[in-house]
Amino acid sequence: MLLQGKKALIFGVANDRSIAYGVAKAFKDQGARLAFGYPGDAIRKRVEPISEELGGEFTFQCDVTSDEDIAASAKTVSEKWGGVDILVHSVAYARQDDLKGRFMDVTREGFALALDVSAYSLVALCKGFDGLLADGASVMTMSYLGAEKVVPSYNVMGVAKAALECSVRYLAADLGPRGIRVNSLSAGPLKTLAASGITGFKGFLPIVEERAPLKRNITQEDVAGTAVYLASGLSSGVTGEVIHVDSGFSIMGI
Amino acid sequence: MSVAEKVKEIIVDQLGVSADEVLPEAKFVDDLGADSLDLTELIMAMEEEFGVEIADEDAQKIVKVQDAISYVEAKKG
Ligand SMILES: NC(=O)c1ccc[n+]([C@@H]2O[C@H](COP(=O)([O-])OP(=O)(O)OC[C@H]3O[C@@H](n4cnc5c(N)ncnc54)[C@H](O)[C@@H]3O)[C@@H](O)[C@H]2O)c1
Repeated sequence: MLLQGKKALIFGVANDRSIAYGVAKAFKDQGARLAFGYPGDAIRKRVEPISEELGGEFTFQCDVTSDEDIAASAKTVSEKWGGVDILVHSVAYARQDDLKGRFMDVTREGFALALDVSAYSLVALCKGFDGLLADGASVMTMSYLGAEKVVPSYNVMGVAKAALECSVRYLAADLGPRGIRVNSLSAGPLKTLAASGITGFKGFLPIVEERAPLKRNITQEDVAGTAVYLASGLSSGVTGEVIHVDSGFSIMGI
Repeated sequence: MSVAEKVKEIIVDQLGVSADEVLPEAKFVDDLGADSLDLTELIMAMEEEFGVEIADEDAQKIVKVQDAISYVEAKKG
């Protein structure tokens, strides 16, 4: 098993369609120990049964926009585990109104919110868990093509993902001396709760099927496999990267 | 299984309510205790089960059990 006994913190499971659910399941299959963060009660009641199903050791409240929550989570994790080997950030949010129409109609508040929840939160988690991340730990986050290219309706979330991917590079540089690796996984579209907030999202799926080299959409398992690779020693020399798990869609010019 | 039965099964499964609560006039939010995430999940589960696409505008109109059943029946029929 590739992750035997590794302690993995998972942020971003909402239900069994969540990308983070597939990742956690694959980690479990590789022998990892799991704990799950949730932002509040609405998600807690969904995460708890999932944690149980996957043999999670504990769950904890962590709204990633709250420095107090992050500090309290770090304390909990420190008491329970004393350290962390794998941190999965699979969290994003923007107002639904900002995920349609013209990008430039986004408000100052909408922009700040999307960037805070979806990009700064990774920095905040790395900072909050800095002392707990083991030497050689692996941190990963979920991005999307909208960071690099214009995707209709993705709008401010594209800007947030660009900030996220760039933050990954700076974090990789900061944490690299301790052997800690930080990477992004750029997944193709998947039907999840987060995706349902994007106007016209369903229309993305047939386009991928038609144009991507692999002629199909990706699955949770596709992402999970790459997540296992990034979490494990197999990727020991890889940091600051964006790995596309998108059936090759992003290489196409037309 | 009829569409109505299947829809009810999805609702029971998704909302964790008992089958006898899932009456045609039961409202998801007021009567069955659904939150907004439940509603989105319900729509996604129905889309998957019946292979239909439920547009956001249509989804907003599905407020009670019978709305969901009628919607799928109309789409499939
Ligand atoms: N679904 C896709 O098509 C797709 C493609 C590429 C990247 N992604 C990214 O993958 C990640 C996971 O999304 P998903 O598609 O699995 O959807 P999801 O809705 O299952 O997951 C999003 C998660 O973010 C969490 N979250 C939101 N605000 C939070 C906060 N303030 N504090 C803590 N947690 C918070 C939610 O609880 C939820 O678990 C996101 O970053 C998303 O942008 C998704």
